[in-house]
Amino acid sequence: MYVSHLQLADYRSYEAANLELEPGISTFVGPNGQGKTNLVEAIGYVATHGSHRVANDAPLVRRGAERAIVRAAVVRGDRRAVIELEINPGKANRARLNRSAGTRPRDVLGILRTVLFAPEDLSLVKGDPGERRRFLDELLVARAPRYAGVRSDYERVLKQRNALLKSASARYFKQRAEPDLTTLEVWDQHLAEAGAELLGARLVLAAELQPLVEKAYGELTSSAGSPALHYRSSAVEEGDELPVDRPQLVDVLRAALAEARPQELRRGVSLVGPHRDDLQLRLGDLPAKGYASQGESWSFALALRLAGFELLRADGDDPVLILDDVFAELDSERRRKLAEHVRTAEQVLVSAAVPGDVPPELMGARYRVREGTVERER
Amino acid sequence: MYEGAVQNLIDELGRLPGVGPKSAQRIAFHLLSAETADVKRLVGALVEVKERVRFCSVCGNVAEESECRICRDPRRDTSVICVVEESKDVVAIERTREFRGRYHVLGGAISPIEGVGPDDLRIKELMTRLADGQVTELILATDPNLEGEATATYLARLLKPLGLRVTRLASGLPVGGDLEYADEVTLGRAFEGRRSLDF
Repeated sequence: MYVSHLQLADYRSYEAANLELEPGISTFVGPNGQGKTNLVEAIGYVATHGSHRVANDAPLVRRGAERAIVRAAVVRGDRRAVIELEINPGKANRARLNRSAGTRPRDVLGILRTVLFAPEDLSLVKGDPGERRRFLDELLVARAPRYAGVRSDYERVLKQRNALLKSASARYFKQRAEPDLTTLEVWDQHLAEAGAELLGARLVLAAELQPLVEKAYGELTSSAGSPALHYRSSAVEEGDELPVDRPQLVDVLRAALAEARPQELRRGVSLVGPHRDDLQLRLGDLPAKGYASQGESWSFALALRLAGFELLRADGDDPVLILDDVFAELDSERRRKLAEHVRTAEQVLVSAAVPGDVPPELMGARYRVREGTVERER
Repeated sequence: MYEGAVQNLIDELGRLPGVGPKSAQRIAFHLLSAETADVKRLVGALVEVKERVRFCSVCGNVAEESECRICRDPRRDTSVICVVEESKDVVAIERTREFRGRYHVLGGAISPIEGVGPDDLRIKELMTRLADGQVTELILATDPNLEGEATATYLARLLKPLGLRVTRLASGLPVGGDLEYADEVTLGRAFEGRRSLDF
């Protein structure tokens, strides 16, 4: 698939932008702070309904404007779909598909698929577990949009259960009141059921990613040390195996919740469930976090993204590949190998401050970005 | 900002559910230009609803006497109770004319975020009603959302020792709709709740 048209209104630095794109490679060049990343971020937003740079949507709206609009035409085979998202920070977004209103945002999720590489990716290796959970969940949603619902159901149960634990622990400390265990058990059950669905999907995904990460890592670097993914669940002891089928996972989560109960009541938060899990990354016998060099960390991060790309590609359609400012971060060897790997994608969008950073094989159509205007170079 | 009385009215209307500041202003000016008799009738209806309407001492439904119309009706089946969240759910089920038992209105659903626990719902009253052994089936008709499901689970657990037949309303595909338009969750539920066709 590819994006054939991008239109922005009041998005970040753009009051208005209108851009025709082609399949193949397109490169956005221009000095820093001129709006290159904003363009590719907007395309990523259409795919995931979130920004790779900020957690909430307020910064996406141009200062002084009430809402931002992103419209993208996506071509898949011989079909063309126009997705429009109206970003309303603090309120629900609105969506249109092929200009017809009455579409829910979740209905347009999954039409455009992207894989985005950005300098922030280094935190996949060096950052908190939350970064890696997000990586897994976003990939799940890109493959099957249904998981957006699974995830939000889980988050809702979690919020309710945390509210209950918080008030129970407050009452216990103030009045020595015994907690209402029947109500807690009800939420345990719902947390275990919603959690098992998310957990089961993540386990399958991690297993599917493993060989792809190994392969990509091997292609990016000649150094020894094989990368390994290990899904570390908060529901079992280190080293214990998790079952694969859902009813068994529900039982595992329920048992873990029962065990954690005294501690949860003391602290007033849920301590077991997919929201406390991690995807541990290892190089050989050592954890990547803290042990891997800068270069190894970059290779691992790129290998994770490339594995995601291969997985989506294997589902039948090339996702749009976005390389946001990554070449400046990489040495020439990794640049060349990454370029070799990605240039076969149906559409590759590259942003760079210094054109010289971009490997020559990724120099496709060139767009110059300056002070919020985009111009095609001929 | 308008002067005194008009602004007061807009503020009061704005507190109603589903009425924003713009609608409040529109309703206020509509009332201002309406006939005095019409406005008096509205005032009368408002006062009357607060003075006359109370909640049924048995089921918690809205009533004008100490017991509601349904609880007083001797033709209703006393062996079945349908548990709902709000009085308006009673009205919805009554419209089907499928159910001939009685109701029990909980007054909400369990939601820790909003500080609503089992003690805030009319669950004790329900247990009292079940004490004499007349009721043999309980239908849990709370909303099919997370809070409604949690409430149903809670009640099912609580009622288990009583040995009653406890059922939950089915959820699934809307009648007259197209399968292709159903969302994944609804369709998934419909699959879970499928039944065999016996002839």
